[in-house]
Amino acid sequence: MEHRPLKPAADTREHLVVIGNGMAGCRAVEELLARDPNRYRVTIFGAEPRVNYNRIMLSPVLAGEKCFDDIVINDAAWYADNGIALVAGDPVLAIDRAAKTVMTRSGLSEAYDRLLIATGSDPFIIPVPGKDLPGVIAFRDMDDVDTMLAAADAGGDAVVIGGGLLGLEAAHGLSLRGMKVTVIHLMPTLMERQLDEAAGWLLKNALEARGQTILTGADTAEIVGDGKVEGVKLKDGTLIPASLVVMAVGIRPSVALARDAGLAVGRGIQVDDHMVTSDPAVLAVGECVEHDGQVYGLVAPLWDMCRSLADGLVEKPSGYRGSVTSTKLKVSGIDVFSAGDFSGGDGCEDIVLRDASRGVYKRVIVKDDRIVGAVLYGDTADGSWYFDLLKKQEDVSDLRDLLIFGQAFAAGGGAADPKAAVAALSDDAEICGCNGVTKGQVVSCIAKGAHSLDAVRGTCKASASCGSCTGLVENLLALTLGDEVQSGPKTMCKCTSFGHDDVRREIVAQAMRSIPEVMQQLHWTTPDGCSSCRPALNYYLLCALPGDYVDDQQSRFVNERLHANIQKDGTYSVVPRMWGGLTNPTELRAIADVVEKYNAPMVKVTGGQRLDIFGIKKEDLPAVWADLNAAGMVSGHAYGKALRTVKTCVGSEWCRFGTQDSTGLGVKLERMSWGSWMPHKFKIAVSGCPRNCAEATIKDFGVVCVDSGYELHVGGNGGIHVRATDLLCKVATEQEAMDHCAAFIQLYREEARYLERTAPWIERVGLAHIVARIVDDEPGREALRARFLFSQSFSQDDPWAQRAEGAEAEHHAPMARFTPQEELA
Amino acid sequence: MTATAEWLDIGWVDQIPVRGSRTVQVEGGDDIALFRTAEGKVFALLDRCPHKHGRLSQGIVHGGAVACPLHNWRISLSTGEALGDDKGCTPTVPVKIDGGRVLICRASTLKAAA
Ligand SMILES: Cc1cc2nc3c(=O)[nH]c(=O)nc-3n(C[C@H](O)[C@H](O)[C@H](O)COP(=O)(O)OP(=O)(O)OC[C@H]3O[C@@H](n4cnc5c(N)ncnc54)[C@H](O)[C@@H]3O)c2cc1C
Ligand code: HEM
Ligand code: SF4
Ligand code: FES
Repeated sequence: MEHRPLKPAADTREHLVVIGNGMAGCRAVEELLARDPNRYRVTIFGAEPRVNYNRIMLSPVLAGEKCFDDIVINDAAWYADNGIALVAGDPVLAIDRAAKTVMTRSGLSEAYDRLLIATGSDPFIIPVPGKDLPGVIAFRDMDDVDTMLAAADAGGDAVVIGGGLLGLEAAHGLSLRGMKVTVIHLMPTLMERQLDEAAGWLLKNALEARGQTILTGADTAEIVGDGKVEGVKLKDGTLIPASLVVMAVGIRPSVALARDAGLAVGRGIQVDDHMVTSDPAVLAVGECVEHDGQVYGLVAPLWDMCRSLADGLVEKPSGYRGSVTSTKLKVSGIDVFSAGDFSGGDGCEDIVLRDASRGVYKRVIVKDDRIVGAVLYGDTADGSWYFDLLKKQEDVSDLRDLLIFGQAFAAGGGAADPKAAVAALSDDAEICGCNGVTKGQVVSCIAKGAHSLDAVRGTCKASASCGSCTGLVENLLALTLGDEVQSGPKTMCKCTSFGHDDVRREIVAQAMRSIPEVMQQLHWTTPDGCSSCRPALNYYLLCALPGDYVDDQQSRFVNERLHANIQKDGTYSVVPRMWGGLTNPTELRAIADVVEKYNAPMVKVTGGQRLDIFGIKKEDLPAVWADLNAAGMVSGHAYGKALRTVKTCVGSEWCRFGTQDSTGLGVKLERMSWGSWMPHKFKIAVSGCPRNCAEATIKDFGVVCVDSGYELHVGGNGGIHVRATDLLCKVATEQEAMDHCAAFIQLYREEARYLERTAPWIERVGLAHIVARIVDDEPGREALRARFLFSQSFSQDDPWAQRAEGAEAEHHAPMARFTPQEELA
Repeated sequence: MTATAEWLDIGWVDQIPVRGSRTVQVEGGDDIALFRTAEGKVFALLDRCPHKHGRLSQGIVHGGAVACPLHNWRISLSTGEALGDDKGCTPTVPVKIDGGRVLICRASTLKAAA
């Protein structure tokens, strides 16, 4: 860029010097020129060796959708026409406020009457070893894009650190340019500051489908390479090869110049409502400023700032009041929008619409009849409408019911009653898109006697697949029958219109793999479920995908998370496994030692023939387990929806009545089935003769030994509603008893609803069904048994041993301790 | 633990699992439970359910609430009020996040210890 003479002869106007030839600096000048083109003589200093361009369009340039010329905002002619002197490629290094001059790197010194700082932001570089290697870059300006394009030409692997807006746009561009891209993101969901978990999950899926590797919850340890980047190493030891590393973990306002000049600086350069800094001659605008405690990283606020700034410069002050922002991801084919606050909280109501077939997730957050936030995925057409309502703080109570369907719908129907809207539909209007059922068909099926949602689903199939038309069908029922509608099937919880069985069937049929996926595909009406559905979904997925599904710890009750039973005072009880109720001196000594060492106030023999150590503090649990492990004992799962105990009697080994080795069989059954997660707790017992000292006939699975073999009993229960078992069948050998037991457990695991014990399950499905599946159908039984044993091959991992070794140690220790006495001293 | 006149510095936000919680032990008083929601907001409450003093830090976090591990009352993380038909309230402790650090209000913490 050639240097123009900075001061035309005899120009006596006040001199405005702008530091930063970026989006805010130039916009401020444009706003000023629009108000009074002759008021100031203007000089702009820019560190970048080029004219002013649209920084946000660097992403499309990287993706090959645009070239640099397309994104120039003000070309050389603009500067010339408006008499602006541009000094490009020569950054300002110092401001002398006393002398009112600025000094550049090349040694140029320029006097100002008013100074405008618009230096933008600096990319944040995480301080890991290797951060300075050639090939590690940020994504901020055209030079970075040029570096990326050169790397892409050479091909190979790229790693993008940071799964926010910037990182994902970089990853998208590089991947379109043919690089194999891995995104490393510290948080569990992508763009967590703009998106909720549900939308973040959809986004991750879409990007993975395009061939990117997305690693969430991944922490960078170092960047490795000899003279240039060769890869990125994560804290867990994984090494990802890369010839290019893009750091997009965040930005920091660029305040060094201002701070050195002694201006007031917080997170950014502090300005008042007229963008004036602590020195009245110096103004600041853009990402480098802090206004009212806020700093911004998007362009919309800059436009507002620039207006107020220009108003102030021509002495017609208006005053900037802060901005509400919205975000859109610029990745072609993936529509994401977010605005406002979506963290929920009191008085906030979520309105959620999910349409699995179109891959749509929409969530609008309403508080006191006003929209406070919106997250849209897949269909962002109404983003600007919601954002507008949000900014204007408009009362949406009249639109409430139709709000989520978007502007066209809500505006058209106004405050219309949804029932009236359904009534107005023609007979051939399609109600259920999945099964192609029209309104006329649904109405005639209701007229023929289908008087409940379930009945409609069963007869004409409307709302039987994805369920998104459930509301429409319910309205049709109400319209056709008036008050006669029978309430629908019991839903899993208030987050969904589906019952447990529907959810399970769909999980298997659609091969779903994660909780957010189920919530999306089945149109959950809450963003992240509740304490009823989360544990159930976690179990259903675990059962459907043994060895594959990664258990979601935050969807488990505390006992299953900590592998101990919470007691009413917040301490825990610990029950080590004693196979079949047998123990030995080593184990007893270890238990006695634990009781003394950790001051356990009580030890009790349980109803299931185990020893229960009470009053253990949460932070002592790992040490207790380590001590018990050392004596060969593992977790007794006395806390879980899992196999609890196998109770046995002494049997033929010792007892004069004993017919078979009940103790030995009990031990074998326990070794086979421990560690397996189930819909609810599961108890087994084996008695050596019909005197039944082990109380096998009130267990979920009970064996009563007789001379000729083994009677197998199922579905017993102690507890509030005592239920004696039903006799399933009689078998001749121990092996058969074991096989039937495995098959029965698996059938229960696959068919019972979460939190349904075997007793109510059998009463619901009928003993005949169990007999047909387990006794009459030998290949079926064999398949069930095989599935159980397969699943067991992944679950018999002592949770105590893992934790005693330090896994999840942080769950046990407090994060900090506070001692008031020391504080006050 | 470093501290200022009004705020106690507890640690990094990342130390609290998402949809999970951690505690601050307060000598001579109830613990304080810190929660982090799916959306990354952090809240602090006394670790004591208004019902029968269940440890809220051990509950399942969903939306802006936690379900108590003992009898499944749902407690609002922002106000400490029991939600739904249940009545009761757990004291809240003001929290702020500064540069990734979690700070809790000193005065409320001292009150918890009292
Ligand atoms: C790839 C990318 C995509 C983006 N996408 C979006 C989007 O979709 N939506 C959105 O709202 N925002 C987006 N942004 C953010 C947006 O670009 C910024 O908010 C905006 O550019 C900030 O304007 P600014 O003038 O404050 O800073 P900048 O535009 O960065 O301008 C500052 C200028 O000052 C120069 N400078 C710094 N120090 C000196 C010095 N000492 N002397 C001279 N010159 C100096 C810099 O070189 C720079 O040219 C994106 C940003 C990037 C990088
Ligand atoms: C029909 C009458 C019964 C007779 C004749 C009988 C007899 C016996 C005998 C001989 C033993 C073995 C004792 C030993 O360890 O040497 C025994 C054990 C036991 N019996 Fe019975 N019993 C009867 C019914 C019951 C009933 C109804 C219960 C409880 C519901 C019961 C509970 C027990 C228990 C808990 C043991 C100890 C089992 C073990 O841990 O090994 N008995 N019984
Ligand atoms: S059930 Fe029969 S074999 Fe077992 S202890 Fe009782 S009497 Fe003896
Ligand atoms: S103690 Fe919390 S619900 Fe009972």
